[in-house]
Amino acid sequence: MRDVSIIGLGQTPVGEHWEKSLKDLAAEAIQAAIKDAQTERVDALYVGNMCSGTLNGQEHLGALISDWVGLRGVEAVKIEAACGSGAAALRLGYVAVAGELADFVVVAGVEKMTDRPGEQVTAALAMASDADFEAQNGLSFVALNALLMRRYMHEFGVCHRDFAPFAINAHKNAVGNPFALFPHPVTADDFCAAKMIADPVNLLDSSPVCDGAAAVVLCPTEIARQFNSRPVRIRASSAATDTIALHDRRDLLGLEGAALSAAKAYKQAKLTPKDIDLFELHDAFTIVSVLSLEACGFAERGRGVRLGAQGDIAIGGQIPITTMGGLKARGHPVGATGIYQVIEVALQLRAQAGANQVRDARLGMAQNIGGSGATVVTTILEAG
Amino acid sequence: MEIARHWRLQRHRYSLVGEVCNHCGVKIFPARDVCPECNAPAKTPYTFSGKGEVYSYSTVHHPPEGFEHFAPYVVALVRLVEGPLVAAQLTDVEGEKIEIGMPVEMVTRKLRDDGSKGTIVYGYKFRPVIAGGAAVVAKDAAV
Ligand SMILES: [Zn+2]
Repeated sequence: MRDVSIIGLGQTPVGEHWEKSLKDLAAEAIQAAIKDAQTERVDALYVGNMCSGTLNGQEHLGALISDWVGLRGVEAVKIEAACGSGAAALRLGYVAVAGELADFVVVAGVEKMTDRPGEQVTAALAMASDADFEAQNGLSFVALNALLMRRYMHEFGVCHRDFAPFAINAHKNAVGNPFALFPHPVTADDFCAAKMIADPVNLLDSSPVCDGAAAVVLCPTEIARQFNSRPVRIRASSAATDTIALHDRRDLLGLEGAALSAAKAYKQAKLTPKDIDLFELHDAFTIVSVLSLEACGFAERGRGVRLGAQGDIAIGGQIPITTMGGLKARGHPVGATGIYQVIEVALQLRAQAGANQVRDARLGMAQNIGGSGATVVTTILEAG
Repeated sequence: MEIARHWRLQRHRYSLVGEVCNHCGVKIFPARDVCPECNAPAKTPYTFSGKGEVYSYSTVHHPPEGFEHFAPYVVALVRLVEGPLVAAQLTDVEGEKIEIGMPVEMVTRKLRDDGSKGTIVYGYKFRPVIAGGAAVVAKDAAV
């Protein structure tokens, strides 16, 4: 195995891009990443995407997009792991370069969600869960997260308002991100008054349906500086799974897939949570932020929610999260999210995060989750 | 649509049939053929009593396609007395009246319909148990 670095970053603004197709968005991100990497050579393209079959009537994205961006002939496949598709694709790109099977790999994530009406998008997202025993009983994806949140509130005696700092922090940080969908602040009162989706989960607990694409270029660390003066090294890449259905979990609030994925990443990087300078976690819902912080060792069980009130999650806090707006306010184009997260960590480590810069950031972690905790990919990045 | 799929799931959905592990005795729902506790093969059918209590719940205001007519409706994780959790809708009760720990029992109801030409899918839901054993009657009891 050899070390792998990221030498190119490209992202589209997250939004409702009615004028752009899935392949337009993917091309914009991929071309930006290749330009940033200053490389002509690409050996393989991995595309993370969840819903192109159901929402765009298009599968076979590897061939479609490689041809569209002028990479005809390269090895190219789509990788699907629900909302964890982006990082799952990155994981395979990492394996290819680390395993010396490819030198230059482009990993893109793309999702085009806004062409369809809401109930069709809701049904498409529910495919991340167990079709026979969750979705067929009417459990939407939001509802599954609501079941987690209600149980958490019950077990640990916290109220809905206690989750407000997670939405407030994400929106505040999105203001400094030119690619964010919602670059405007929200207040605790806004949070409490937001429209209910599946109680206790309301609109400001939830990440939005939107379009976007993001891409990175990987190459062996030993040659990375020839292409980019500020490469970012992948210190750890790990993937783990848990039961797809919530009802099959041994410990409903344990998010064991996240715990396992993070533990493997810490082991590979020889690091502990204390070494991590920022954490782009999978804040698809406020409850998922809290459970992730606990599962990854940043808070004890039942205490993750307090990191919000204490300001620990802010830029300048103990463990800054969602530093560019997170899924909540940058937006969550599901299959692209894992790549957006990694790009944001890389920007922090390259000291290119502008107003949102985490001072002296050297080690950052991104964690992308598919389903309600069933696929979890953790990536630890280091400057240089 | 998907008639064979619904047919395969019928006995699980209508009668809450799962499995029991002959090796460690764990009761399994939904059936998965391999014991989640000891990994031994577990293919012996086991019919659950349908009694349990609410472990967590939520009212769905934005339903997926196929469930629009039912919204808002209540979904829950129910802890069956035999052990497993099951994800299901609650019926014959308003969202505000539900509490974690509330005793519930299984009933068979319409789960979804796929439009005028589609299959109507029936299956389990759970309703509150009151002291006498009779259930609270509410607006969708006839569904
Ligand atoms: Zn067993």
